[in-house]
Amino acid sequence: MEPKSELLVTLTLFMPLIGVIPILFLTRGREARIKWYALGFSLLTLGASLVLMFSFDSSKAGMQFEHLWEWFQFGNFKVSYYVGVDGLSLLLVVLTGFIMPLAILFSLDHVKERVRLYYAFLLLLEFAMIGVFVAQDLFLFYVFWEVSLVPMYFIVGIWGGEQRIYAAVKFFLYTMAGSILMLLAILWMGNHFGTFNVQEIMSAIQAAGATNQSAFPVGPTELLLFLGFFIAFAIKVPIWPLHSWLPDAHVQAPTAGSVILAGVLLKLGTYGLLRFCIGFFPKVSVDVAPIVAVLAVIGIIYGAWVSYAQTDVKKLVAYSSISHLGFVVLGIFALNSAGFQGATLQMINHGISTGGLFLLVGMLYERRHTKDINAFGGIWKVLPVFSGLSLVIALSSMGLPGLNGFVGEFTILLGAFGSPVLGFWFTLFATAGVIMAAVYLLYMWNKVFMGEYKQPAEAHGHGEAHGESHEGHGDAHGHDDHGHGDEVDMEAVKRAYPPLSWNEATALIVVVIAALVIGLYPRPFFGYMDASAGALAAEVQRYVPGQTTVVQE
Amino acid sequence: MIDQAALNLGAALPATLLAFGAAILFVLDISIPQERKARTAWLAAVGVVVSLVISLLQINQQETAFFGAFRADSFTSVANIAALITALVGVIGAKDYLERAKIQRGEYYPLLLMTAAGAMFMAAANDLVIVLIALELLSIPLYVMVGFRRPEPRSEEGAMKYFLLGAFSSGFMVYGIALVYGAAGSTNFTEIFERVRFGELLSPALMLIGIGLIFVSLGFKVAAVPFHLWTPDVYQGAPTPVTAYMSVAAKVGGFAALLRLLTVAIPTFVVGDLVIEPNQTLIVHAAWQDLVAVIAALTMLLGNFVAIVQKDLKRMLAYSSIAHAGYILMAVAAAGSFTVVANDFGDTTVTLTIAQEALQGALIYLLAYAFTNVGAFAVVMCVEREDGSGTEINNIAGLGQINPLLGGAMTVFMLSLVGIPLTGGFVGKWFVFLSSVNAGLTLLALIGVLTSVVSAFYYLRIIVKMWFETGDFAPFAPRMLLLAIGFCVGGTVIVGVLPPVVTNLVQYVTAAALR
Repeated sequence: MEPKSELLVTLTLFMPLIGVIPILFLTRGREARIKWYALGFSLLTLGASLVLMFSFDSSKAGMQFEHLWEWFQFGNFKVSYYVGVDGLSLLLVVLTGFIMPLAILFSLDHVKERVRLYYAFLLLLEFAMIGVFVAQDLFLFYVFWEVSLVPMYFIVGIWGGEQRIYAAVKFFLYTMAGSILMLLAILWMGNHFGTFNVQEIMSAIQAAGATNQSAFPVGPTELLLFLGFFIAFAIKVPIWPLHSWLPDAHVQAPTAGSVILAGVLLKLGTYGLLRFCIGFFPKVSVDVAPIVAVLAVIGIIYGAWVSYAQTDVKKLVAYSSISHLGFVVLGIFALNSAGFQGATLQMINHGISTGGLFLLVGMLYERRHTKDINAFGGIWKVLPVFSGLSLVIALSSMGLPGLNGFVGEFTILLGAFGSPVLGFWFTLFATAGVIMAAVYLLYMWNKVFMGEYKQPAEAHGHGEAHGESHEGHGDAHGHDDHGHGDEVDMEAVKRAYPPLSWNEATALIVVVIAALVIGLYPRPFFGYMDASAGALAAEVQRYVPGQTTVVQE
Repeated sequence: MIDQAALNLGAALPATLLAFGAAILFVLDISIPQERKARTAWLAAVGVVVSLVISLLQINQQETAFFGAFRADSFTSVANIAALITALVGVIGAKDYLERAKIQRGEYYPLLLMTAAGAMFMAAANDLVIVLIALELLSIPLYVMVGFRRPEPRSEEGAMKYFLLGAFSSGFMVYGIALVYGAAGSTNFTEIFERVRFGELLSPALMLIGIGLIFVSLGFKVAAVPFHLWTPDVYQGAPTPVTAYMSVAAKVGGFAALLRLLTVAIPTFVVGDLVIEPNQTLIVHAAWQDLVAVIAALTMLLGNFVAIVQKDLKRMLAYSSIAHAGYILMAVAAAGSFTVVANDFGDTTVTLTIAQEALQGALIYLLAYAFTNVGAFAVVMCVEREDGSGTEINNIAGLGQINPLLGGAMTVFMLSLVGIPLTGGFVGKWFVFLSSVNAGLTLLALIGVLTSVVSAFYYLRIIVKMWFETGDFAPFAPRMLLLAIGFCVGGTVIVGVLPPVVTNLVQYVTAAALR
């Protein structure tokens, strides 16, 4: 097993890229097959990532399945193709493998234009995202990081909504502006340490830390480098106040794009914070942790607040992402093992729950071609299974015990509370965010699925004006038109709300199962992270002022 | 009797062969009938390929020729390769274009070969006089080629402008050479280096002014700010294949000569005395470094910001090529840092590792840029109408749907110009930024990365037009032109995905004459 297993990460990484080849070149005149190729290769990637997960040795803290191949040398600088996973990145690779088939499953029914290009970009995106999680060389990391922008840019720009061009360009420029500073920081690190190998740089920094020295020159250099990485990741996450690209991109992206964006792409940022900001700059991390945590808490509350004010369902879910990722950032900058584990698990949970929510919004949109929250109502009566599944997903997103969101948020709050750098007040305000999540999600769910059934105006023949005036006139008016209860015209209902297709149903059921599994039995997931998170926390806490004296006594 | 060993013609074969080939082709072309001018193109292409193969074979050669006035080393070979790749695309891509525009005149091809030979001689020059001659060999045929679309007024205007300003800039060069000769007593790079090294300069101030004047002239050739004003008009007025070719070839020549002059003759030129303690290691900045760094910063800023507001593809690419000159200048500036180590007794040793890496970085950038930029202009040739109009950015709308291959190619070129990984442009930028950080020019690198974001704005607009909007036109896509574009895409992607290809190519390049 051992000698072969080093190729396992490489195999997982390149599986989607291999899938691009038949899609682009082997399907001339057989366009119908393209989507099946895409689904097949995304499932193969999932399979490979699961094999990776089950053959992972969770008692070890370091990198596993390492694969190192010297890529090229320039002057004194060596750049290698170096990949591997540890407890913190493993689950994210699996998450990527998990989300992508869901996105493709949804697209099977609903994407009809430029199919070849669409699926090629999806798989390319998966390749780049897995690459970010497994790259252990800064050059390689940056390559994947930047490459992941391109497919998403096209997905939003070609298959997106009305403002797609604006959203796509904003997404690209915003993210690139952040990551280009990271490029500079990476170059500086490479030049200073004489290598781009992440593990070698880490051990140099840790070795210096063990003897109470700094691996960086005296002065603000370390802080500036930290900021170089931090800003890139903060934009990607996004941390308040760098979030303004996100609502645009989410709302304009096609459903599969939103699912991937929320499900995986945002995690590139939080993963980067955990791996590079904390790993490379433990000292600065300790110093700035309260500031970042304040931003995170503001993000939690701001995101929740703004979500509540939305009338566009998709925008509501988009802002809820800002709120949820605030928790993740809070957990990361709690700088202890519980925080790291909770944050990583919450990344997975957010991927599942919010990915699920975007699927729901997409399914609603495909039926009604509107995202206005007021246009919906009473769907429970016409699509009970769909509504039930959506309730579970909404509950999991708001963190109901027994579902996945609770486990992650609880662990994060625990971590923040026990954190050497944060503490009670951060936890208090963050908890407010949990309550607010319940408010806006239930508000949305209630509006859309409960209440009177609202038949789309066009099916009635009363004209558009009627549909618009509907809200102002309140219930009495509604009674006139739609108040016949179960006597609504079933044909019109079927036209407005066709039942779930098998593909859609499968996608939702898988999401619900995943939410239940993590919610009810989270232990194996923590098991994977425990060793790596503990090691990282031990490394950081060396720099916490109070902590060192305790150790010395 | 000529000393054959010192003449060493074999070492200088790629450049001399091309120059002679061009001369012969002029004569041969007379006997080729007008309707078969494609033959001239083929002959020219064969010449370029032969020269390219020889350059590749000589990749790790370290010799001099023409009695020390010509350096036939690895640097020369790599610069040759960049110039010849451009020339090859310039020849192949132009054939059908010229026919369609009804300006298929046989002299195009030998003229192009001459300019390529000029660029190659500039790269090889080890003497200021050779630099001057090579510069003229590069420039004069280019003046003719810019006006190739006569009697079209814009083409003639461009040619006239280029000629007048070019002649003026050559004047700067001559005067600069005179001053340097006055200061150092020689025009030979190796001798100038020795004089600088042993502090035997007549007057450092004279030297600095002389270098400044030469820099003006070469800066004009590579379109560095503030000597760039001719660029947009000339690039727009010239027939597109000429623009494609000159946007790279002139830069290869100009930068090669500049890098040679600065790293071979005066890498260690410092005004004033160097203060160093025993056992100390210092990174010293040559006197000309600040000047180059400021010009580089201005070039990047102006090129990128002005490109944003352009409405014409050729003009936009003209400003973008100014911006890219700025990125290469960054590496040139980085070549001005060197390390001085003092031993126990205060004796100093100078090492030029930083300069060497900067040189390699600049060459990699030039190679990647050659593929990308020529390719981008080649796509413009496809979009353009018969009469040379239709090069506005709006005219490219919908190309992604109309012709996915062309649209895809243009996308690769645009992403490469932005510097997105897996394209050559990223690899070039990586090395240029790296050498700049390496040389301690972090602020310059910061300007470089930030202007890259600005550049993304206008390059992305092309992608938006091609893929996110719809249009209706029939691109001109003859097989040879597509072949040329495919060649450029291949080069861009290979450099991007397999950086070892280029890093191995430049690994023998060394700075200076420390031997």
